Amino acid sequence: MTDTSRRLREPPLSPHLQVWRWHVTMLTSILHRASGVALYVGALVLAAWAMSLAAGPEAYGTFKAALGSFPGKVVLFAMTAAVFYHLANGVRHLVWDAGHGLDIKTADVTAYFVIGFAAVATLAFWIAAAMMGAL
Amino acid sequence: MVSYRTPLSRARGLGAAKHGVGHWIAERVTAVALVPLVLWALAAALTLAKVDYAGAVAWLRATPVNPVLLVLLVAIGFWHMHAGLRVVVEDYIHVPMSKAGLLLLNLFVCALAGSLAVFSILKVALGGA
Repeated sequence: MTDTSRRLREPPLSPHLQVWRWHVTMLTSILHRASGVALYVGALVLAAWAMSLAAGPEAYGTFKAALGSFPGKVVLFAMTAAVFYHLANGVRHLVWDAGHGLDIKTADVTAYFVIGFAAVATLAFWIAAAMMGAL
Repeated sequence: MVSYRTPLSRARGLGAAKHGVGHWIAERVTAVALVPLVLWALAAALTLAKVDYAGAVAWLRATPVNPVLLVLLVAIGFWHMHAGLRVVVEDYIHVPMSKAGLLLLNLFVCALAGSLAVFSILKVALGGA
C-alpha cells in the first residue's frame, strides 16, 4: 500500500476582505449585491401591491396608505435608490460582459459615474414625484 | 493507491458545467429586458401614486400595453432575482442542507410571489375585480 493516508493539500485561499485596500470598484461590487438583495424585498412589495389591487378598494386603500406613510416612504426611497443603482451598475456589468471598459482607469470612472447617477436620479425622481403631486 | 490516470481522464465523465452557461446567459438576457421595463415601471409608479383604486384599475384596463408590460416586468423581474439570489446563496452558504434549503426557498418564493402577482394583474385587467 502506498500513501492512502496522505491528505489532499489545502487549496490556497484568497486574501480576506479586510486586507484589501479599500477601493471604489470594491464598493460598487458590494453595493450591486446589496441593492439586488434589497430589490428582492422591493419585488415582494410590488407583488403585494398587485394582490391588494385584486383584493378590492378597501385592501388597496390600506396598502396604499401604508406605502404613503412616513416609514413606507422611507422604504420606497431606499427602493428607488436601489433600483437606479442596480440599473446603472447592471448596464456597467453588461458592458464588461461585452469585453469593454475592463481596465482599471475606466472601471474607476464608471464606478463614480454609477454612484453619481444613482444619487442624482433618485433625487430627481422624488423631486418629480413631489412636483407632480404624487407624494 | 496511486492513480496512473491522467488528470484529463479523471475529469472526464464527471460532467462539465454545461448548464452554468445557460444560467449565466439567462441572467444577462433578463437584465437587458429589465432595463426598459424598469424605466417604464418607474414612470408608471409616478402615475399610479396620484390615483386611487378606481384610477389604478382604469390604468390597467385602458390599453393592453399596461397590463402586458406589468406582467412582463413581474415575470422577468422574479426570474432575474431568482438567478441573482441563487448566486448569492451559492457564494456564501457552504453547509449542504442549508444551501439546498435556501435554494429551494428562493425558487418557491419567486415562483409563488411572481405567480400571485401575475394572476392578480390579469384578474384586474380582465375585469374580474
